[in-house]
Amino acid sequence: MSEYLLTLEGMSKSFPGVKALDNASLRLKAGSVHALMGENGAGKSTLMKCLFGVYSPDSGKITLDGKEVAFKSSKEALLGGVAMVHQELNLALTRTVYDNMWLGRMPRVIPHLPFVSDRAMIKMTKDLFHRLSIEVDPYAKCGSLSISKRQMLEIARAVSYGARVIVFDEPTSSLNEAEAEKLFSIIDGLKRQGCGIIYISHKMEEILKICDTVTVMRDGRHIATSPADELTEDKIIRLMVGRELTDRYPKRSYTRGDELMRVEGLNCPYNQVRDVGFKLYRGEILGIAGLDGAGRTEVLEALFGLCTRGSGKIILSGKEISNRTPKDAIRNGFAMVTEDRRGSGIFSILSVLDNTVISSLKDNMTLGFISGKRARHHTREYIKRLRIKTPSELTKIGTLSGGNQQKVIFARWLLTGPTVLMLDEPTRGIDVLAKYEIYELIMNLAGEGCGVILVSSEMPELIGLCDRILVMSKGRLAGEVERGASEEKIIELAYKFV
Amino acid sequence: MEENRNIRDKIRGAFHGYGNNIRQRLDSFRAMNGTDKRRYITDLLLNNAMFIIITLSVIIIAIIEPSFLSVASIVNIVSLTASRLPIALGIAGAIVLTGTDISAGRAVGLTACITASLLQRAGYAGKMFAGIGPLAIPLVILAVCAVGAIIGFVNGFFVAKFKLHPFIVTLSTQLIIYGIVLLYLQIGGNGGQTLSGLDPSYLDFVSGTLFRIGGISVPKYVLYAVILTVLMWVVWNKTVFGKNMFAVGANEEAARVSGVNVFKTVVGVFVLAGITYGFTGFIEGARIGSAASYTGLNYESDAIASCVIGGVSFVGGTGKIGGIVIGVLLLQIIFVGLNFLSVDQNLLYIIKGLIILLACAVDMRKYLKRR
Repeated sequence: MSEYLLTLEGMSKSFPGVKALDNASLRLKAGSVHALMGENGAGKSTLMKCLFGVYSPDSGKITLDGKEVAFKSSKEALLGGVAMVHQELNLALTRTVYDNMWLGRMPRVIPHLPFVSDRAMIKMTKDLFHRLSIEVDPYAKCGSLSISKRQMLEIARAVSYGARVIVFDEPTSSLNEAEAEKLFSIIDGLKRQGCGIIYISHKMEEILKICDTVTVMRDGRHIATSPADELTEDKIIRLMVGRELTDRYPKRSYTRGDELMRVEGLNCPYNQVRDVGFKLYRGEILGIAGLDGAGRTEVLEALFGLCTRGSGKIILSGKEISNRTPKDAIRNGFAMVTEDRRGSGIFSILSVLDNTVISSLKDNMTLGFISGKRARHHTREYIKRLRIKTPSELTKIGTLSGGNQQKVIFARWLLTGPTVLMLDEPTRGIDVLAKYEIYELIMNLAGEGCGVILVSSEMPELIGLCDRILVMSKGRLAGEVERGASEEKIIELAYKFV
Repeated sequence: MEENRNIRDKIRGAFHGYGNNIRQRLDSFRAMNGTDKRRYITDLLLNNAMFIIITLSVIIIAIIEPSFLSVASIVNIVSLTASRLPIALGIAGAIVLTGTDISAGRAVGLTACITASLLQRAGYAGKMFAGIGPLAIPLVILAVCAVGAIIGFVNGFFVAKFKLHPFIVTLSTQLIIYGIVLLYLQIGGNGGQTLSGLDPSYLDFVSGTLFRIGGISVPKYVLYAVILTVLMWVVWNKTVFGKNMFAVGANEEAARVSGVNVFKTVVGVFVLAGITYGFTGFIEGARIGSAASYTGLNYESDAIASCVIGGVSFVGGTGKIGGIVIGVLLLQIIFVGLNFLSVDQNLLYIIKGLIILLACAVDMRKYLKRR
């Protein structure tokens, strides 16, 4: 019998162009809370997905109670005693709490007959909730519960399966302080019962408070594991960042131009954006840093007319504009490269040509009809200019590599002649070489007088490219740093309102 | 005695809770500011728009034409409701799964023709199967329910196995079923003719008098519809299958992860729907007094409309048997009421279409996510 409840050793996993996990490891003791930390993209979720069989690792060994295991699905892991409390919760929202608790294993009135005993389910639910001191009405519809209550249900369900390893992925991201306290006491109870808890979070304070051990990951590798009481927030940040910046970014000279756009008091009633205001100058690359869910994407979406703006002004070249819809925004010279390339960027089964001209069809018409000749001409021109590697302009875009797809998206927006270029994670899932080319492209555009707003979770990218970086925290601006600021400074600001 | 007191307490408790609920709502309403109040009222009106419109129209029709509320008229509405209820109960399952079933009407047509052909009276000149007398009624019911079940199985199998949208699957199967109906009506030199001359025992079994109220006869099939409704209520609310059906409709992935057999559930829902079509076919033959290739045409559109009005949402995972009953009833009230007002038959289609559109729009409004 080993002293560890769960171990992951030598885990490696590659995706085309990216090494997501590189010999990563994690050892979890029974009756302890083990924090897993790292920047966005450090490999935490990939490691967990390997544990739950969402991905199959290229190499590595997982043992539970000294026995080697390889779960093929989260259902299998659950039956094996390993459960995850998801960020996106897996509940049937239109159904009652007790139905959800026992879905897939409902008690019968008489064994082997198809009739469900609601009474037994309700009693079992009440008992379970009592044991975990959770206060949720078993009869309530899941959809009517707050996120924190739903999370409690997930925990209760994991416990009811007899889980001994429970993984929490950012469990407090949508909880208020009191709710978080409640969660911590439940976690403490689980720990006492001998469960092993893996706790993934960005919040230093709570990690130092509730965790026994901390493992830090970076670039898919295990960096350090140490007892929480030997660590401080500063030490953790240094471990998380701790990389040297090499010459991965093109050089450029920049002199601040005139003011291009001013945003004042931006609020989104349905999203977490509060009183954001900033200026953007001609030729400037303005970065926006922040944690996941800090409201960075929402700021871009509000400027682009994708999400409702409650209040706030957008002043472009001294004139107030409204940008109610993306169509308005495009007419006003805005362009936006979205975060989710597959979901809202490319039309994967359409050709490179269709993908290129979709936002500028009016310029590709003769006598009111689409001119194939003109569209082809434009597309070919940009294939050459941006060095897009594609067999022809009629190839389906879905068959190209991520980097080339992204270049097509850039071509699409360049054809609209933008003055404000908004980029949301433009290099996500793109290999190093294509990244460099996209950086060059961004710099050239800025050099031509565009104002560029760059949202990125890759800190080095922001520092390497941007002239100024705004840092957001919980929907608000936490501060602004000039060129050459340190990662530590940015991370500190990002945690300001957390 | 003890039992009685318990029940009384329970009822009192229920009403007490209800009162509290209303009081709470009133209090929170008072606490709102002007804009919130206005939004709350608009939401309340829009969310109950169908019921409000229909109640108003009943009142208006009754004022213009008081005989609309006579016993004969009400019995008529109830009978019509009973005849359309089974098929709506079947389709509702498919809608709970975020699907639909447009093969229902044709399936009713096929099973009505089969029923009629097996239950023509002995010695009738145009009898399809001259060699055999009218079969035993229970046997015929079983046979047509089996035919319905097979149709449902084919629908469900293609939906669950190949992940096809139910619309496409049932669009195809309804064509196939129609072809089968036309071929079936050629049997025995029938030459595609309407099947009539039905056996009196069959006619009595379906349309005979259950009881009389104010001299008006209530047909027996009302009772059958009630029994079927109760059965469906039990299936939906008290069986593993029913619970799984809602779970799959609400969040298929969550159901799969929890170990629900999604394939079996989907096929089961369609088979159950098929059985209700078979049963409807059996009723329709006698109710109309004959069966032909066009029997059952467009029944599915009324059934789907009733479900949506009754709160079975295309978003999936929601719906109540009680809601479906009310939905079917309300739709029949509208149709009968429009007849009372001597509205042009052709206009009825337009009104039907508008009702479905409105009901779906009001329903979807609840699920729109603001961003």
